[in-house]
Formats: sequence, C-alpha cells, structure tokens
Amino acid sequence: MATTTSKFSHAIFEKNSILLVIGVLVVISIGGIVEIAPLFYLKNTIEKVDGVRPYSPLELAGRDIYVREGCYNCHSQMVRPLRDEVERYGHYSLAAESMYDHPFQWGSKRTGPDLARVGAKYSDAWHRDHLNNPRSVVPTSIMPGYPFLEKTLLDTRSIAARMTVLAMEGVPYTPEMIEKAQVDLIAQGAIDSNGVDAMQKRYPRAIARDAKADKGELTELDALIAYLQQMGTQVDFKIYDDKANIR
Amino acid sequence: MQTATLPQKKMTPAEMSLIVIFLALAAFCTLIWARAWEPAYGFHAALFVVGSLASAFAIFARFEQRDAEPAPQEIDGKPNYNIGPIKFASIAAVVWGVAGFLVGLIAALQLAYPVLNFDLPWIAFGRLRPLHTSAVIFAFGGNVLLATSFYVVQRTSRARLAGDLSPWFVVLGYNFFIIIAGTGYLLGITQSKEYAEPEWYADLWLTVVWVTYLLVFLATLWKRKEPHIYVANWFYLAFILTIAVLHLGNNAAVPVSIYSSKSYIVWSGVQDAMVQWWYGHNAVGFFLTAGFLAIMYYFIPKRAERPVYSYRLSIVHFWALIFLYIWAGPHHLHYTALPDWAQTLGMVFSIVLWMPSWGGMINGLMTLSGAWDKLRTDPVLRMMVVSVAFYGMSTFEGPLMSIKAVNSLSHYTDWTIGHVHSGALGWVGFVSFGALYCLVPWLWNRKGLWSLRLVNWHFWLSTIGIVFYITAMWVAGIMQGLMWRAYTKLGFLEFSFVETTDAMHPMYVIRAFGGLLFVAGSLIMAYNIYKTIASPSAGEVPEKALAREGVLAPAQ
Repeated sequence: MATTTSKFSHAIFEKNSILLVIGVLVVISIGGIVEIAPLFYLKNTIEKVDGVRPYSPLELAGRDIYVREGCYNCHSQMVRPLRDEVERYGHYSLAAESMYDHPFQWGSKRTGPDLARVGAKYSDAWHRDHLNNPRSVVPTSIMPGYPFLEKTLLDTRSIAARMTVLAMEGVPYTPEMIEKAQVDLIAQGAIDSNGVDAMQKRYPRAIARDAKADKGELTELDALIAYLQQMGTQVDFKIYDDKANIR
Repeated sequence: MQTATLPQKKMTPAEMSLIVIFLALAAFCTLIWARAWEPAYGFHAALFVVGSLASAFAIFARFEQRDAEPAPQEIDGKPNYNIGPIKFASIAAVVWGVAGFLVGLIAALQLAYPVLNFDLPWIAFGRLRPLHTSAVIFAFGGNVLLATSFYVVQRTSRARLAGDLSPWFVVLGYNFFIIIAGTGYLLGITQSKEYAEPEWYADLWLTVVWVTYLLVFLATLWKRKEPHIYVANWFYLAFILTIAVLHLGNNAAVPVSIYSSKSYIVWSGVQDAMVQWWYGHNAVGFFLTAGFLAIMYYFIPKRAERPVYSYRLSIVHFWALIFLYIWAGPHHLHYTALPDWAQTLGMVFSIVLWMPSWGGMINGLMTLSGAWDKLRTDPVLRMMVVSVAFYGMSTFEGPLMSIKAVNSLSHYTDWTIGHVHSGALGWVGFVSFGALYCLVPWLWNRKGLWSLRLVNWHFWLSTIGIVFYITAMWVAGIMQGLMWRAYTKLGFLEFSFVETTDAMHPMYVIRAFGGLLFVAGSLIMAYNIYKTIASPSAGEVPEKALAREGVLAPAQ
C-alpha cells in the first residue's frame, strides 16, 4: 500500500471510483483537444486553392462504391512531398483537395499504388478492363477482379438524399444542385444528352461520358470510373502557387 | 400454478420494462425492414427483429424458471459470483478467435494468390480485411476483455457482479453487434473508417451496450468489500471510458435516411483524418493495450503466485500511459496534408510513450521474480510471459516507426502490418490465450486444463508462426519501401509499382504459412478447452488457485 509521506496519496483514486473516472477523463482529454480542436480554426490548415468543387452526383455515387468495396484498404489517396512519390504519382496532395471528403480516403497502406492523382492518367476503357479483370492489363496484379460492377445497374434513387446530408455537413451543394441531382447524374452518363452543359456549369470540368445513362443502362462501374477519372484533377498545378500557402 | 405456501413470484421492473423495450424495438425494426432502401439493410433490420423477439422471449423464459427471490449476493458469507455471462464470453472468444484468424489466413492467401478472390463481391479482399480486423480485435479481443473484466472486477472487489439482466445484456448485446458488423462488411455496409467500419445503427447499438458495460463495471466497484480498487481495474476502467469517448467522436455521422444503412461522417478531409487516427491509434492504446494490461495485472501474478513487482511503477506507468497514448495518433499521418505541428506532436509523444510502455513490461516481467522456474513447467505462464516480451518488442518498434525519417520508408508498406501483428498475435493473442487457459478451469470448476502438452504445442506452433509472419513482413516492408524510392544512375525511378508487388510474392507466401501455424495453434486451443469443459468437475475439491483465494463460488 501507499506508504508515501507526502500530503498527496494516490489512495484517493483507489478508494473513490468517481474520482478515478474523472481523473481518467481529464488525462485522456488533453491530447485530443490540443491536436484536434486547432484544425478547425487555424486558417492555414487548409490551403486556399482554386478549382476544388464538390463531387458531381455521378462521381459521388462512384465514390460511395469505392467506399463500399473497401478500396481504401489497399490504395492510399495521399501523395507525400517526397521526391520519389512526386515523380511517381504527381504533385503532393493538398489538404484542400479532400476538404469535401466525408469521410477522408487517405488510406494507410499501399498494396496497390496511390490513387490521389490517378484521374485522366488512363482511358475509361483501360479502367473498364482493369476493374473487370486486373490481370488483363497488369499481368501480375494481385488486385481482386470486380466484374460484378459492370453487371449491376447503378441505384440512383437516393442520390439527392445523400447530397442533402452532405450539404448539412458543410459541402457547398446548393438547393439547385440537389434538385437537379438525378438529372445531372444521368447527363454525366449520357454525353449527347441536353443536360450536359447545365451539369458542367454546376460541376466545372466534370467529364460526361457515353454510358447509356439515358437508356437506363448506367452501371456501378460507370460511376466508379467517373469518380476515378476526376481524382486529383481539380486543382491546376500549373498555376498553383505553393509559396502562397507555406505553413 | 403457485401454491399458497410459496412466495409469490413477481417480475422485476427491469424484466418487465426490458420485455416491453425489446417488443417495441422489434416492432420498430419490422417497420424499417419493410421500408428499407437496400436489401442488406433490410436483412439487418430483420436480424434486429429476430434478436429483439428472442431477447424478450429469453427474459420471459428465464423468469419462468428462476426462483422467486433474486440470486443471493452471498452464500455462506462468501460472494456469490455471477459467472454465466463470463462463461459465454469465454467460449465466444475462442470461437471468434478461430474464425478471425482463419479469415486473416484467407486474406493473406488472397494477397499471394489473387484468384482466391473468385471475382465475388462478398469475399473480395477489400471486404474481408475489415472482417478480419474486426473479428480479431473486437470479436476475439472484445470477448476476452468482457470475460476477464467481469471476472476480475468481481474477484478483486469480492462482490457479485452488479445487475441481474444487465451483465447478460452486455455480453449478448456486444456479440449481436459483432454479427451486425461482420455480416455488414460482407454485404458492403461500411463507413470506411479503419477499425470503426460499422455503420451508424450498429454504432448506436454499441453505444447502448457500452454504456451498460460501464455502469455494470462501476456499480460492481461500488459494491466492493475491498477498500482499494485493484490496479487491473484502473486499466479496465480507463479502457471502457476511453473507448466510449473515442467511439462517439470518431463515429459522429448523419444517416442518409433511417431507411438506409448509408451515412456520412460529419468530419471531412484533414480533420477527419486526425479524428480517425486519434481513434485508430487509441483503439490500439486502450482496447488492445490498457485492457490487456489489466489482464496482465491480474492473471500473471495469479498464475505465478507472486505479487505485482512494483506498486509505485504501476501508478506511474498507468497515468503516463493513458496521458501519452492519446497524443500518438498523428504518427499515422506523417508527411500527409496534416499540418506539420500536429505530426511533430504525434512523433514526440509516440517516442516518449516508449517509457510507460516499458514500465508496464517491466512490471509484468519482474512479477516473475522468484518464480522464473515455473516457465519450464507451466506453458500457460510461459505464454503470458512471452506475450509481455512481445509487448516490449512492439512498443519499442512503434516509437521507432513513428520517427518521421523511419516512417517515410515504413509507411504504406507491410512493415506496418508486421508491427501490428507482433503486437496483435504476440501480445494480445498470447496474453488472451493465457487468460483463457486460466479462466476456463476456474469457471467450470475443473482441476486444471485437459492437457498441458497441447498448450505446449499451441505455444510453439504459434510462436514459430509469429516469427515467420513478422520476419516476412519486415523483409517485405523494408524491401518495398526501398524499391519505391530506388533510382537508376540516370536519375529515373528504378521500379514500376507492380515490380515491387511482384517482389513481395515470396514474402506473402511465407506470411500465409506463419498465419497457418497460428491458426493451427488456435484450433488446438479450442480442442483443449472443449475437452477441459467436457471433463468431469473437480467436485468439492476446488483448484489450488481458487482455494488459495478462499472465495470459491459455486459453479452454476
């Protein structure tokens, strides 16, 4: 037992469970508060950049599939500012680039390559082949095949509800965007349709593709490819001034 | 039916209100089932309906069978310990353990031989990996923690577990959460937060279970006959409290609809990353460390028949450990878009964390003072001591990997996987096996384990398995890290990504072999425990370990 001669004795915690509870709660709160709270108010946490916009409805639907299939288990979305990574993948990732990501998808493991800048690096056809059978384009790939994505029609009914929740959480989806969610989603999957211009006005540089969305043939694969193809392309690094955001 | 001479049996208010609550929950979930937007969510609503009805029925059936009076707090002046829920959690731990290790083995084989994904959604690696991590951490580890904490808090308080139905609610409710979480992963229900993948409704359910767990634990402490709260209980309490805080913080989410499993986390981007690894690292720090240190502080002194080495050290390392661990999260985010100041804090505190970690290791190992000879004769004690050695090793490796320069190489590679498994298989696994080997004969009132020889087999198979596993991952991780950053003489990157993947193949095969040995060991344990339970009761002669304590409870 405590045979301490000082005035304070640890026995006070050992004899009073409520004091022990309070002691534990105080001690475990400090680190979290110091590390997390400032990220919400320090202005230099997230860089000021042009071009980062919320995901278009089709991209968002694709992102939800990316989450559902657990892609983050093997693919990071975070290029570190190290020479080899910048040369392999592209410009290091900015905090601003994932500021609308609920939740973040930075990942923790690269069983496969980083995907933060995979957008526009390969053709849609390559992604289609790769997701259907990764070994058809990368012979020694160890990625699972996802042929069922192409065979599953995209369920678009809840897209507006999803955007509503994200808007509540701070993603700048306007009421107009939410109202047109379904229309924009179809337009992005039907390049010849009338709604493409309006969709691209709401979501600058969102790429429309011929996925027969207007014929009701939009698949989960189409949505996932739409998400992958925009990845890391929103910020134009030719005009991005990294000195302006030194932190 | 009752005769007038017997006391009238009445339902307690708790029984009555719980039946009503479960029936209401069943009705509510039936509504959700009927309107669910996704079939998988409908399936989960149906599981809730079945679970609620079964619970209401079980409470009623239990009422029909039980005595009119509630279970006595004491029998013949000795505490009447409540061991039913502990027995359940112990068996659940063994079953989930074997299942979780097996899924890990399958996932390991998928990385070596991708054809084993079979192009099927339900068993693709991306869905199996969370199933594996949750099964071993929360299903296996969680049930070990439930079983041991309910056992230790009763014994060291010399009081019966608080509550009548609530301990059962905690154990059964927790395992129901596991089923919802596990089936959800296979069906594609995930919020993609590592080690916190279950969706909002599973999180809500777990919150209810966890708060009940905290209350049962605290209320048992309030009933204690001992003036002091034993050191193991400090660790259990810190584990239960902190996991509650982390769970609520990291899972803050808004569901798309009450009829949909889908939700969006309220945090985004860099803040979400910080919150996630505040949670993620402290799931390690409090679930897999504080909770299992509590096990160490009860079972090693008990089995070695020696007092804890240093009371003072246990105080210092307890407070230092829980204070410092919380800061360590950002070391998962080195060189990312998380601000540098946060990364630096994470690194510094991770390195300082080495000290209280080794304080715990020293306190555990030195408890063996004067009893080291038992390692030769008692494989159960050997298992627990080796677990503490693994704890020491991985808590040295962790701070090393949290140094930014080291992390720039190790991060994103299999070195991390190796590190996790030296902690998970070596520390958490072995100390759990040791605790289960102690607990089962005590709970079922058996003279001892059915076979110590099989424990020896388990020990050696698992130890060799771990060595294969972690050395393969060290080689794989460091090799891949070096290959990613290798340049040719002309200044070009030397290897394409897939060339680094190709180079990993032999290591992945060796790792799977190590995992196979570990699974084999766990099967031996399951058989041994089954045979122990099936063996005849020790009858009136209690086991030595219990006799010494002098408070043997009658097994129910």
